[in-house]
Amino acid sequence: MNYLLITSIFTGVIILVFTFIAIYQKNMVAAIISTGAVGLFASLMYLVLAAPDVAMTEAAIGSGLSTFIFFYVLNRIRSTDKKKSDSVKNDQL
Amino acid sequence: MKNIFTLMILVAFGIMIYPLVNSFKGNDKLPELGNYYAQPENVTKVNSANLVTAVVVTYRGLDTLGEVSILFLTAAIIAFFLKKQTGKHEVRENSEIFTTAAKVLFPLMIILGVYIFMNGHLTPGGGFQGGAVIASAVILMLLAFPEVPVNQKLLSYMESISGIVFVGLAALGALIGFGYLDNAILPLGTFGKFLSAGAVPIIYSFVGLKVGAELSNILVEFKSVQSNE
Repeated sequence: MNYLLITSIFTGVIILVFTFIAIYQKNMVAAIISTGAVGLFASLMYLVLAAPDVAMTEAAIGSGLSTFIFFYVLNRIRSTDKKKSDSVKNDQL
Repeated sequence: MKNIFTLMILVAFGIMIYPLVNSFKGNDKLPELGNYYAQPENVTKVNSANLVTAVVVTYRGLDTLGEVSILFLTAAIIAFFLKKQTGKHEVRENSEIFTTAAKVLFPLMIILGVYIFMNGHLTPGGGFQGGAVIASAVILMLLAFPEVPVNQKLLSYMESISGIVFVGLAALGALIGFGYLDNAILPLGTFGKFLSAGAVPIIYSFVGLKVGAELSNILVEFKSVQSNE
């Protein structure tokens, strides 16, 4: 067993764990953060598998930008939901 | 019942994919097309130290053009569908450490992004990577100082001008060079030096600027629709 194989198997297991957290976690914020962690470890995996330019893209977009876009969208959805439930309450009153 | 059904589908997929995995052998030789690109006489034709960049910008440059236009379409659709919020977006004040660190890191990240896309023909990286790093710098600033307005007009002008220059350089290759996106319209220079590979660094710089401006624009759009009312 060489060092490279061990590292890639270890990274792959971590990616799988974070993926399961992202799918089954009920807390949205934790799910989004674990999606970002998947991107981070995926970029490490690409680096180990000798694809540094793909690793750069994945680190910047997969774990950086898309996480924040998810957070922005989550915040937007929450505020819309709150507005809707408020108007329903006013109608009932 | 539903779980059993899912399990059955998973097992079926496993059976389907198993022969593929089983027969996989690592390849210690390049495939035929990659071998063609890696021939010494073809490398000197492009004169780019990073062969991946040579393939992405010249041989498969049309695919890069397609990716760039897909990104442009995405940005346009996001800008079209997001409605401007009337409610005020109030955010709690950021900590001193975060704002100071953002101020320190922002110029360094921009310089790193510019370095990545200008040296795309020598080191790993290129237009998309550099642009993504620049957009990460922009989101750091957006998170640290949400009240500061962003000049979106400048971003969109930068994006359109870079796109036009990219397509123009590509067409120039077809007019005076060997074909569309040919990099031999400029002197090829010495192999491994900064001024080499003909038009590749220039094309990649404009791709980097375009991608960076576009991703930043998407993020600014998403930030501008936030409201807590």
